[in-house]
Amino acid sequence: MTSSLPTPAPSRTAPAPAEPPVLEVDDLAVEFRSRRRTVSAVNGISYSVRAGETLAVVGESGSGKSVGAQAVMGILDVPPARITSGQIRFRGDDLLTMSRKEQRAVRGPGIAMVFQDALSALNPVFTVGHQIGELFRVHRGASRGEAREKAIELMERVGIPAARQRVDAYPHQFSGGMRQRVMIAMAIALDPDILIADEPTTALDVTVQAQIMDLLSELQRETGMGMILITHDLGVVNEVADRVAVMYAGSIVENGTVDEVLAEPLHPYTQGLMASMPSLESHGDRLNPVTGTPPDLSAVPSGCAFHPRCPMARFGRAAAPGKDCARNVPVLREVVPGRTAACHYSEELEHE
Amino acid sequence: MSDPQPTTTDAPLLELRDLTKHFPLTQGIVFRKTVGQVRAVDGVSMTLNPGETLGLVGESGSGKSTVAKLVMGLERPTAGQILYKGRDITAMSARELRDYRRNVQIIFQDPYSSLNPRMTVGDIVAEAWDVHPNSVARKDRGAQVRELLERVGLRADYANRYPHQFSGGQRQRIGIARALALRPEVIICDEPVSALDVSVQAQVINLLQDLQDEFGLSFLFIAHDLSVVRHLSDRVAVMYLGGVVETGDRDAIYEQAAHPYTQALLSAVPIHEPALRGSRERIMLSGDLPSPADPPSGCRFRTRCWKAQDVCAEEVPELVDRGQGHPSACHFAESRDLVPGSA
Repeated sequence: MTSSLPTPAPSRTAPAPAEPPVLEVDDLAVEFRSRRRTVSAVNGISYSVRAGETLAVVGESGSGKSVGAQAVMGILDVPPARITSGQIRFRGDDLLTMSRKEQRAVRGPGIAMVFQDALSALNPVFTVGHQIGELFRVHRGASRGEAREKAIELMERVGIPAARQRVDAYPHQFSGGMRQRVMIAMAIALDPDILIADEPTTALDVTVQAQIMDLLSELQRETGMGMILITHDLGVVNEVADRVAVMYAGSIVENGTVDEVLAEPLHPYTQGLMASMPSLESHGDRLNPVTGTPPDLSAVPSGCAFHPRCPMARFGRAAAPGKDCARNVPVLREVVPGRTAACHYSEELEHE
Repeated sequence: MSDPQPTTTDAPLLELRDLTKHFPLTQGIVFRKTVGQVRAVDGVSMTLNPGETLGLVGESGSGKSTVAKLVMGLERPTAGQILYKGRDITAMSARELRDYRRNVQIIFQDPYSSLNPRMTVGDIVAEAWDVHPNSVARKDRGAQVRELLERVGLRADYANRYPHQFSGGQRQRIGIARALALRPEVIICDEPVSALDVSVQAQVINLLQDLQDEFGLSFLFIAHDLSVVRHLSDRVAVMYLGGVVETGDRDAIYEQAAHPYTQALLSAVPIHEPALRGSRERIMLSGDLPSPADPPSGCRFRTRCWKAQDVCAEEVPELVDRGQGHPSACHFAESRDLVPGSA
């Protein structure tokens, strides 16, 4: 059953920008409060996704990439989390000003999510057929029988073999890759406009990862849904995303098309990430990684959060006026048309 | 590049011969009976020479971590031998085994569960010296701990702190310092960087390379990340469902992969450079790994292989050179360069 597929055309173009974005996140900020301290997990991030487009949100652990997505999905634990500012607009309407009931009515069929750990995201005491069918019973008022048929149909669509026999199996009876397919079946059940995939393949082996990413791309082509792909893997980003937002310490530090950002980074952090990746093509040359570790979010460095690890950082008299990396916070600004970066000295990276 | 066959000794440092580990599957609580065998490792042979890195690649369930446990003496093999400088470790006297254990150390994957939360970093690093009291004199231990911590890129005064005060990357450095404490010859690295963030992962990879150069260490480097393995290894062995399907010098494996499974693995690795996107042929494997309790007859890969024919179900392919210059276990082996731009 294996096929050698010709690879897709390497160049990617985003859909015509005339169409308004389906989802817009505008200046979103999320805090976690405990009695002892307040942690700003997300500091005013903005991004948008159009129909049929894939936006990758990349960052290391603690960068806020998942918290931002959880806010969009409305699954933050409140408290301790709190959305302190911003808008999440779905088809132009701000979700954050709606009542919980209205939010549910919009998110339920409109935005779906696939999680990293399918085993803990699925309920172990219900069959997968029950869990997939539940969506149709709750949102579409389907009967048990109809829901079951729909579940089988969806399982076939996501490539689960012998779906009719396996519809009554429990999550633990599936392999990791098949469980992730069950999760995807649940996510696409109601034909969402936006699919958020939070590290969908991180726990999977590389051959299975390729299958799952292929499935997601294929479903996206069929349905025209927009996708937010949250990942730390720049390889996956390069292979499937159209645009990418790089996050560091709760902020977006660079934003642009995948080709531009990965080939010619305009932020030293993006550049450092690329230099940290050993590639299959390279022999044992020494890697040139970013030094240090990502900051503790309760004690983010002053000025540019990246400055203690940055090879380009300038302080005091060495810095241009108003561009002291330890004092002045760099704002996300347009460095070249269509590309933004949050670094005082991005121009120096432009022609490297 | 490093010489894959160092000529310091005639015998390899470590040699696995037909190593086999079956775990019994039992049923019942009072009357336990064995109902089957999980063939985690089934006839694996490989050698590790002084100063080299042998990369052991495979997906989950391939048996690569069981190999690590067998080599460490944490599990007893069902059959086969583990030879250290020509001596079988299962036949060693207690004194010889002590010497073996001193010379073969391990770095674990999970930097969170592999450090005792109730011990200080200094005690964790120094613990092995209590077992081998002759290695470092008691009065020198404090200084030695500080030196080791600095060598792995930590501050010497961290010796008094506890593991929870450190990040994942720092903990992995503590684990590396602990592995170095007895000046071993071999370090088994069981997925040492797969739990780390990209930037930290690269730092630890560089540290491992430096330590190898400085101390002349041999690494058995177990990983599922083929890019990391290519970066670090002199030779590579690819495992599938308990057996080695292909082995050879690094460049031979990556540039002339002969076994379909190796080819599929290589083709599935995502490329992170936009200029190279789409330049690699994609081979999609269907299905999942079969259960090691009930492996397919003949060639174990045949259920997912696009080249499979009748002979594959009947005859187990031997791991021998089939004209590609390095051994592979496939009846229809043929080399294929799936990694463009690597020549």
